[in-house]
Amino acid sequence: MSDTPYTADEMMTVTAARMLWDGCVCFVGIGLPSAAANLARLLHAPDIVLIYESGTIGTRPDTLPLSIGDGELADTATAVVSLPEIFAYWLQGGRVDVGFLGAAQIDRYGNLNSTVIGPYAQPRTRLPGAGGAPEIASNAREVFAVLKQSPRSFVAELDFRSSGGFLGGGGERARSGAPGAGPQAVVTDFGVLKPLPGSEELALVARYEHVTAAAARAATGWPLAVAESLEIIAPPTAAELAALRDLHERTRAAHSRPVRLPV
Amino acid sequence: MPIVSLSEAVASHVHDGDSVALEGFTHLIPFAAGHELIRQRLTDLHLIRMTPDLVYDQLIGVGAARALTFSWGGNPGVGSAHRLREAIESGSPRALVINEHSHAGMGVAYSAGAARLPFGMLRGYLGTDLPAVNPAIRHVTCPYTGEVLATVPALNPDVTILHAQKADRKGNVLIAGIIGAQKEAALAAARLIVTVEEIVDELDAPMNAVVLPHFVVSAVACVPYGAWPSYARGYYPRDNAFYLAWDAIARDRGAFARWIDRHVRGTRDHAGFLRSLAAATP
Repeated sequence: MSDTPYTADEMMTVTAARMLWDGCVCFVGIGLPSAAANLARLLHAPDIVLIYESGTIGTRPDTLPLSIGDGELADTATAVVSLPEIFAYWLQGGRVDVGFLGAAQIDRYGNLNSTVIGPYAQPRTRLPGAGGAPEIASNAREVFAVLKQSPRSFVAELDFRSSGGFLGGGGERARSGAPGAGPQAVVTDFGVLKPLPGSEELALVARYEHVTAAAARAATGWPLAVAESLEIIAPPTAAELAALRDLHERTRAAHSRPVRLPV
Repeated sequence: MPIVSLSEAVASHVHDGDSVALEGFTHLIPFAAGHELIRQRLTDLHLIRMTPDLVYDQLIGVGAARALTFSWGGNPGVGSAHRLREAIESGSPRALVINEHSHAGMGVAYSAGAARLPFGMLRGYLGTDLPAVNPAIRHVTCPYTGEVLATVPALNPDVTILHAQKADRKGNVLIAGIIGAQKEAALAAARLIVTVEEIVDELDAPMNAVVLPHFVVSAVACVPYGAWPSYARGYYPRDNAFYLAWDAIARDRGAFARWIDRHVRGTRDHAGFLRSLAAATP
């Protein structure tokens, strides 16, 4: 995609932002999900309700937070509640429409790993861990995931299941008692995957104009199902790119400003 | 409830082998107190914290911890907590027993601890491998509906340490902003140390504010900038530039040891730490 005037990250962020609707209550993970959710708020969804797990409800940050609990999130929030409350009353209480997650690995049923690469007891790479994701994945009405597609990240077998998607597929999730509908869309740098009815296996249903289904298959660690008529995702508009680049520029400036220590 | 120096508070209330929770969810992380634990060379600690980030990277990196109970360990928005990673991946500088949860699980575990109940309960860990690697995550059948729910044992730290905006002269403490699980962790603990930005004559707490009354507080110490590089709403912002800079310091064992020796062990107290850092910053 080197001949395009935008990056893969920008394409993914814009595509993810378009999936969020005005007024939706979105529980936001840090990183690309946070950029996408705020881009949606700045463009087509001014009344989107953003919840970060630090307990900030209805936050409207001017710059993207580096951490999940930057002061900007509290200062611009409708309400700030405790951490046990945000998970028990708001997430488990069924108030969240969309949970927006990233991960290191995903499998064909949308189960996510953010814990370890390699065996748990002796990991090759210890990742930060599940954090809020397991309960976001089970309790949000639906889940959107965002991650880049490669044989290392889209794997036949997760090294560890940090958050449940459709588990083994074929209705196993519903039988587990999970209240939410599970992963309804996965945005990658090739396009968008959605679960097939019945099997609940993720299939490529839309692609960016510069990529092919064959390339998406090659970047997947299992035989990727591809929809018969593959939707083509419109490239980012000038307005989308301008808003996103402004947001990132403001964010970079804010994060590089050190705090003056008292001496 | 005495108002004392941080060094006295730690010397009186924290002992080798204790379970210690330094809470604060991104906001009001008690960094100064964590550094004082390192200065006093406390060891064999069971560290508890939802989000072991830089302060636990430092404590684990100097070998102060034998165990860690947590739900997310990294440098938020930046990447790995490298000292924590090395401890888990290669047992260096010492082996670390980990008890891993989700945030929601830690939340109910602290709540149960504060309420002096034996366990907390949630509709959680569904379809995850966490119960397979943490045998403390179990299940109970609801006696009313028959639903199977996840349980986690109550967290009751020997000591909880918090940073807050202010305390009055009686030792009543006010916390405002992102409050994480500070209140639950405070009330779950056997002993509670709080560092504050300032001691005031009148707390002037709004109704329904998060106030920890003096009779649940073991010691208060006035430590301005005691949360830096985390932040204290109304006093100073989060030093995101330092969080970014920490990545390179912690990635290299030698650079980490030099940073700790120079700025933490090489200084007498938090004011000295801040002076030392300011001198090292161009």
